[in-house]
Formats: sequence, C-alpha cells, structure tokens
Amino acid sequence: MLNYFPEEVLEHVFSFLTSHPDRNAASLVCKSWYNVERFSRVKVFIGNCYAIGPERLISRFPRVRSLTLKGKPHFADFNLVPYDWGGYVYPWIEAMAKGSTNLEELRLKRMVVSDESLELLAKSFPNFKSLVLVNCEGFTTDGLAAIASNCRFLRELDLQENEVEDRRGQWLSCFPDSCTSLSSLNFACLKGEVNVAALERLVARCRNLKSLRLNHAVPPDALQKILAQSPQLVDLGAGCFAHDPESETYNKLKNVMQKCSSIRSLSGFLDVNVRCLPSIYPICINLTSLNLSYAPGIYSKELVKLIHKCKKLQRLWILDTIGDKGLGVVASTCKELQELRVFPSDFYGVGNVAVTEEGLVAISAGCPNLNSLLYFCQQMTNAALITVAKNCPNFIRFRLCTLNPTIPDAVTMQPLDEGMYAEQLEMLSIAFAGDSDKGMVYVLNGCKKLKKLEVRDSPFGNMALLTDTGKYETMRSLWMSSCGVTFGGCKTLAEKMPRLNVEIINERDEMEGRPDDRQKVEKMYLYRTLVGPRKDAPDFVLTL
Amino acid sequence: MEKGVAYDNDMNLKATELRLGLPGTDESQKEYSSFVKSNKRSSEEMDSSCNEEECAPAPKALVVGWPPVRSYRKNVLQQQQKKSDSDVSGMYVKVSMDGAPYLRKIDIKVYKNYPDLLIALENMFKCSMGVYSEREGYNGSEYAPTYEDKDGDWMLVGDVPWDMFVTSCKRLRIMKGSEAKGLGCQ
Repeated sequence: MLNYFPEEVLEHVFSFLTSHPDRNAASLVCKSWYNVERFSRVKVFIGNCYAIGPERLISRFPRVRSLTLKGKPHFADFNLVPYDWGGYVYPWIEAMAKGSTNLEELRLKRMVVSDESLELLAKSFPNFKSLVLVNCEGFTTDGLAAIASNCRFLRELDLQENEVEDRRGQWLSCFPDSCTSLSSLNFACLKGEVNVAALERLVARCRNLKSLRLNHAVPPDALQKILAQSPQLVDLGAGCFAHDPESETYNKLKNVMQKCSSIRSLSGFLDVNVRCLPSIYPICINLTSLNLSYAPGIYSKELVKLIHKCKKLQRLWILDTIGDKGLGVVASTCKELQELRVFPSDFYGVGNVAVTEEGLVAISAGCPNLNSLLYFCQQMTNAALITVAKNCPNFIRFRLCTLNPTIPDAVTMQPLDEGMYAEQLEMLSIAFAGDSDKGMVYVLNGCKKLKKLEVRDSPFGNMALLTDTGKYETMRSLWMSSCGVTFGGCKTLAEKMPRLNVEIINERDEMEGRPDDRQKVEKMYLYRTLVGPRKDAPDFVLTL
Repeated sequence: MEKGVAYDNDMNLKATELRLGLPGTDESQKEYSSFVKSNKRSSEEMDSSCNEEECAPAPKALVVGWPPVRSYRKNVLQQQQKKSDSDVSGMYVKVSMDGAPYLRKIDIKVYKNYPDLLIALENMFKCSMGVYSEREGYNGSEYAPTYEDKDGDWMLVGDVPWDMFVTSCKRLRIMKGSEAKGLGCQ
C-alpha cells in the first residue's frame, strides 16, 4: 500500500525520522524509499571520514545541510597515532563548495582543519550557522577570524579541546557590528589574549546568547560586565575566576551572579581563587551540570562546600582530588546524578589523595540514576563492581581505569543495558589485558553490535585477527597496537577482504622496505570503506 | 554485569573473563617489564612494604599514552601546576628528626610531589618512612613525616594535595613511628 503514496507524503513521514540509524534503515526498504529518503536527508553523520568520499556524499544526499565527520582513530587521543596520519577536512569542504551544497552546520571530531579550510568554509556557504570542532588541530586564530568576518548568520562557534595556534588574535573583533545572531560561543581552549572590549560589545548585541565559555585570558572585571549584560545565559564557562575578594569588582560580581538565575551549566575555573567561590553559591541550586575537571586549584574542602549546594546536579565532571569522602558527599547530595566523570589530577605520582572503589560504591548507593561513568582510580575490586552494577541498573556508558602505578590495568568501556550487557556493546577499549587469542575471539563473537574495537599491548595474534574476517565489515574499525599480529596475518586479511583498508602504521625510524611476514606489526588500523585505499596516506602508512 | 559467566572448563572462559587485573594472575601482581620502565630508585626503596592493597609509589610512567588521558587535558593541568609553582619563590623550611642532634633546612619548592620529598628526607636522615596510605598513614614504618601548618597544627605529610601542602607547610618534623600512630588514624 505504501508504494502508492505520493512521494510528498513519504517525505513528510520521513521528516519525523531524525536518528541516523532510523533513516538508514528506511532507505534499505525499497528503491522508492531509498530515493525519497536520500532527497529529504538534511543531517548526515559519517563516523569514519575514510569510509566514503565527499563526492559520493553529495551525489547521494544533495540536500545535506548538516555534516558530522570523525577522522582519526580514538587512540589518537593518547598519542598512539603519528602526527600526520590523516583526517583532513579540506577535500570535504572543497567538494561541497563545488557542489553548491547549502551547508549550514559542520561538526568535526579528531580532524585536521587548516586555516585554508576555514576560509573556504566561511566564503562558500552563505547560510552557514554552526561550527563545532572537537579535539581538532591544524588551524590558527586567523582561521577563526575568517569565520567571524564572513559568516553573517553564525549562531554557534564551539571549540572544544582543540590545539589552536594563537596568533595574538584580533579574531573576536572580526565579528561585524551587524552580527547579532550568536547563541553559543566557546573559546575556552584558546591560549592567548582576546580583545576584551570587542568581546563585551559582541555579548551586548547578541541578545540570544545562551552559552558562553571564556578562556583564561578574560579578566575578572570583564566577566562581571559580561554577566551584567547577559543574565539570560544558560551555560557559563568562567576562565579566570581569581578576583581579589576585597575588591569592588568582586562585590559587583556577587550582585550580578545572583541575577543569573538561568544558569544551569557551569565549567572552567581554569584560574581560581577559592575565596571567590561563595559568589556562585546562589546559582548552585539551579545547576544541572558542573565541570570542575580543569580546576585543580579548588581543594577538596571547598569542592565539598560547593557540592553541598548543588542538589539538582545531573552531570558532574571532577578531579580525583575530591577523594572518597568527597564522593560520599556527592552521593548524599546529588540524588539526580546521571553522569559522573572523575579525572586523574596527578599523572605520575601518588602524592595526592585519590579515589578508590569506596567512592564509586558510595556514589552507586546514593545515585541510582547513574547511567554514564568515567572513573580513574587508584584501585578497584570485582566485588565493588558487582555492587555498583546492582545499585545502578541503567548504565549506557561505563569507563573504568585503574592507575596502578607499577602495572597498568585494563581500561574497559562498555554501555551496560539491563541484562544483556555484552550484546549491546558498541565500543570496547582493551589495554594490557587478556591471556590468549580466545579473549578477542570471544569479544568479536559475543558483541553482536560491536562497532569499534581498539586493543593495545595485549597478547592477541593472527588467530584472533583471522577467525571471523566477515565481522569487520559490520564494524566501523579495529585498532591493534603492540599485540601479536604479524605482517603476514595482516596481508592475509587484506587479501580476503577487499572492502577493508588494512593500514600498517610504522614509526618513521622503523620503516625499512617491506617487512618479513613473520614480523610483528606495531600498529594496525583497519576499517570498512567503499572507496578503497586513501590517496592522502603519508609514507609511513602502508595500506595492504 | 550481574549475569555471571558460566565457567565451562572446555572453553576455558575464565581466560576470557573481562576483569580487572593482570594477564595470568588472580590476586598476585606480575611484572610487566616490557611495558613499564620503573624508576629504579623509588621501587627499591619503597617497594618493601607494598602489599595487595597499597600501591607502591609510582615510578615515572614511561608507557606511551598511559594513563589514557587526552594530551589537551594533561597539558592544561601541567601548565596550571607550573604556574602555581612559580608563584612562590623558594620555600625553605626547617626539618627536625627525633633523636638527631641538629636540624636541617630544605627548599620544598624543589620537589614536584610527595615521593620526591620523602626520598630526599630518607636520604638526608638515613631513615625509612615507608609508604603513605590515607587510612593507615605511615603505619608500620620506623619514622613518619609530619609538618606544622599555618594554623600551628601538626599534620601528617600526605593528606592534602601537594600544592596545598607546599603553601601551608611551615616546618617539618620526622617523628618516631610509635609516636606518629595517633596521627595516622582518623
């Protein structure tokens, strides 16, 4: 029956399908649905930028307005991927500019973004509204200046944890006086000075500004003036919060803060004088999200005082300086907590009071709605984990890392679902774990929904790699480094599976002609692709 | 996590159990020397009292990408540490040891963390202070390091974050272990 609906009706129905998996499923039903879906798809998500090419993207989805792209493998976060491995956004922007795509939104993660790309982006898409860059690199504040100058309808500029070369930017002054559309501005990761007067004027004329995250270079009196102009803010990232508590500025700040009753999310405090913290007490009661993981200056005692007032907290990111006792306070205060991340404050020493399984067990007992966890701790026990799982049945994201200093321990990341937890697993990260190939085979067999597997320093070899080669076409990618796979094993896999790119990544000094088949491979990254070996691979990457 | 894994002997599923611990071990610790190069000095002097519950003070971790924290985050935190370090110039404090005929003076700004400081004190006074734990302090060791803080109270070294310790420490006293027992128990 549905085949006889006019396409306009199908299109209207599809407009209610917003998730990518749903849309992908709809497009597989029949040719007519495939066509209606592809012409109506506005948001495209590409989890691996080398799985498909920009030209194919544009020809299949000509009406795309929002593109999300991810580049480097996840382990690039931990310096395991060489600097110029790849992940360049320029070809995508170039292709869309040529294809006259009406691009409005670009969200990138772990990609290399040059100033040239940003300039091309800024000049090619007149309706461009939103740029979100997470964990990217390759650009400078000059690229930001191009965006500010040319994107007349810019609503969102969100820079999260990027490596940006700071050219003493006047980039903020490049927003023309006519720009009043900003609703979200996040430049917390920028290391340099900003033109504070330009910032104040920008904030004053953008009446829709809801989210503002400042870097450390915005001085206290500017913060106070900005907040006075924008009591409607919902999300604030305070960079510098080191006022002189005796000063007039601090007095003004205290008064202004009380009026900021819309703030629900607070972060930053990169530079803090703990004696100024009482100024935020009035808004604590409204907070649902608090990120103090970049504020080692806030000691456990002050942290606890603050948290006591945050009874509605749903998300908390914090350093392990909070200690088990501090986590106990969180457990008894934040009954609505859903997401907790406890980061290490001391990477190599055991100087600080860190957290143990006690803190986590306390949290699980006090916060039954906990569904997302990242926990770096000194020690953990299986018994504690069982207790945690019993107390909190709703985990969708679970990451645990024991910092045991003499011997590194396993890092696992797994979404937990009621009962069937391994079957729902989409991503798994394994380090220094396992006894034999059976471990990896078990994971590959049991985790039906596995999309990404990354393994380092574990004794899995060719047997594990080659047992179920078809599995890799159902996954986005597999990373194996410092394991037991050999060059010969990788070659075999590549020959068997032509639709996989099997990349061997060699550190430069090790590259000496083609290695022997029996030689162990230091780093291997494989992923499914429709476009064959990539043309931008550097010479230390060998695609088999 | 609640559904236990059935241990079928044929499949040897125990080998594939997802658990926290070293490969090939149940409770005991195993050297993974190919991955971790330890700072010899600290592991020899401080390993003696290490048991399963207490971790030995860290050798410098030389494993690439460990702990798994983004470099952005590491850089930001280390920058802030440097900043607060350079704020105060040279912090010389007197150090006394029970039974020693005269005091010494050290610059605590020179040290980056507690293990560094403790190693230096142990060398200077030829004593052993063992490993710190939040619950037991330096229980079991011959000596324990204590300090006088800004309020004039005598505190056990190791309880507060390092940076806080550096700014609040007025003088150090290496106490006999038997006397320090009271301080260790909270």
